Amino acid sequence: MAEWTMSAALGQALWDALAEDPRVLVFGEDVGVSGGVFRVTAGLQAEFGDQRVFDTPISEAGIAGAAVGLCFAGWRPVIEMQFDAFSYPALEQVIDHVAKMRMRTRGRVDMPITIRIASFGGIKGKEHHGESPETYYVHTAGLKVVVPSSPLDAYRLLRHAIADPDPVVVLEPKARYWGKESGELSADGAGIGEARVLNEGDDVTVIAYGSMVTRVLEAAAVLREEGVGARVVDLRSLTPLDEDLLQRCAEETGRVVVVHEAPRTLGMGAEIAARVMELAFDSLAAPVARVTGWDAPYPPASLEDGYLPSVERIVQAALRTVAY
Amino acid sequence: MEVPEHWAGTSPARVLAPDGSPVGDTDVGLGADHLRAMLRWMVLARRLDRECIALQRQGELTVYPGFEGQEAAQIGAAFALAEQDFVFPTFRELAMAMVRGVDPVRYLWYHRGTWHGGPYDPGATRFGPIAIPIATQIAHAVGYALGQQLDGSDVVTVACFGDGATSEGDFHEAANMAGVWRLPLVFFCQNNGWAISVPTAHQTAGEIWRRAEGYGFPGLRVDGNDALAVYAAMRDAVARAREGEGSTLIEALTYRIGAHSTADDASRYREDQEVERARAFDPIVRFAAWMRNEGHVDDARMRAWDEEAESYALSVREGLIAQGAPPAEWAFDWVYADPPEPFLRQREEALGG
Repeated sequence: MAEWTMSAALGQALWDALAEDPRVLVFGEDVGVSGGVFRVTAGLQAEFGDQRVFDTPISEAGIAGAAVGLCFAGWRPVIEMQFDAFSYPALEQVIDHVAKMRMRTRGRVDMPITIRIASFGGIKGKEHHGESPETYYVHTAGLKVVVPSSPLDAYRLLRHAIADPDPVVVLEPKARYWGKESGELSADGAGIGEARVLNEGDDVTVIAYGSMVTRVLEAAAVLREEGVGARVVDLRSLTPLDEDLLQRCAEETGRVVVVHEAPRTLGMGAEIAARVMELAFDSLAAPVARVTGWDAPYPPASLEDGYLPSVERIVQAALRTVAY
Repeated sequence: MEVPEHWAGTSPARVLAPDGSPVGDTDVGLGADHLRAMLRWMVLARRLDRECIALQRQGELTVYPGFEGQEAAQIGAAFALAEQDFVFPTFRELAMAMVRGVDPVRYLWYHRGTWHGGPYDPGATRFGPIAIPIATQIAHAVGYALGQQLDGSDVVTVACFGDGATSEGDFHEAANMAGVWRLPLVFFCQNNGWAISVPTAHQTAGEIWRRAEGYGFPGLRVDGNDALAVYAAMRDAVARAREGEGSTLIEALTYRIGAHSTADDASRYREDQEVERARAFDPIVRFAAWMRNEGHVDDARMRAWDEEAESYALSVREGLIAQGAPPAEWAFDWVYADPPEPFLRQREEALGG
């Protein structure tokens, strides 16, 4: 059985999308000849040519704006933002046009744009290389936002994102690019809007996405030894949320913990806590707990471990919630 | 005659002097019928523009940005385009939209608050959505032109923008990409002297047309109140683009006779005398004078167009007022091609099932 890194699985998803649909284009900074700073686009230009896979000037707003114009001409752009904090120059284009153009044109012009962004921390990177930008995109109506946590699911989510008729932001966890998983790549299975349960348990539901999923699984193993059954939910899709699964897990376990790298205030934990309360208030036996990054800018590499939710913090939050 | 301040520096290409006397080659390749059509559109556009300001004062439009003084720039440029060419406009291009075949009533849904920037069909009219975020549409034009280049089509794309937009990063990013990729794209800047309250001199210290050199394609400065000169400049730029020779930046010097919009009081930042001086360069007076001298139009025809403009403005007014509030579901209907379940539940909540 083949073993895949997330970087390679994402690259294969691009390869297969380029091969299947002649209107798919892949472009961004260093994605062509070099194959991307995280090697995701390696080999694509050699296979599909520099008309389908190409480097751009260092112009994030221009890249996103060009994607909008390409949609008017019937193309299906997949663009790369090299690092989370470097995606901000494109926010105006994404918020004002990518997310709204279909509505603005009364459905006449679809925006099937996929925006790949190398995101989140955990790689001891320099400043501006460890940010969690998801709230900006989740808060923007008209977008869909997904975060893969494993190679096989990264392939699936990216294929769904490219095939989707709406703009989809794919936040790729840098810390998981080199994580490995064995299996066959397939787009079949859970699509955008569907979360998945990775570990069964009836005492508490712990919800995470991206690289935090691995830590939550580690925490669940620790909790098991403490006699606590933690159900681990990989959210996968931040917009739309899998309300049905959230509701079911909240009802069945009565206790919910949300884990993310992003700062606490207005992070996904806030939305999930509110949503769980709306959907399953009567089932809740404890307040929804949040284990998050702090409301401080992402710290230098040497302080990273104190910023990101640790296995210990996740375990303690789960135990407090169970004991409430 | 004292020219507007922002016209200082390099003399713009000009075919007609402000009094309509020829100073350049008037044979721009348009027959008498097309010349008449151009002047007729200018007359209709100005009348509609004034009607729109009245409609706003009467509460029928929310906010309206007038284009008086810019008729030659917009209509001269539009006449140089082939049907398949595609324009990405700002929010002050109603005259160009009219020539491109956009239904003015539908266009004015925007300023009535009936709908956002794409109330008409961009594909059918080859006219992109009205763009308010300054300079963002220039990047869209880059993408569209790139798409045409990849398809091997002969479509030329036009990006419209004003002097203020050249201060934005999107202008630079777009122009730089167009240069690198040698895109079939015309950068059409109407420098009307004012970005709301800020004069061009406070916007940029250089001459806008000169920036093209830094991007690796030609730029030129044209008298934007000279319909023939604008037409000729655009004709050449479009031909270059269509032949695969890449982009051109045209800076059309014109003047914003009115305020930035009906929400703006221009007397706070500019003297009335400046506007009066600029009226001496009126684009319609200039073109009409030459047309009369050439025998292409006479008083009777001009009167007939004035009458037609009256009924045209009236019909747009009536069509607009007949347009009631849109149904509530429009706030949700086109947000997603594949709307997610939670979104549909909110829609139901908002619309009461």
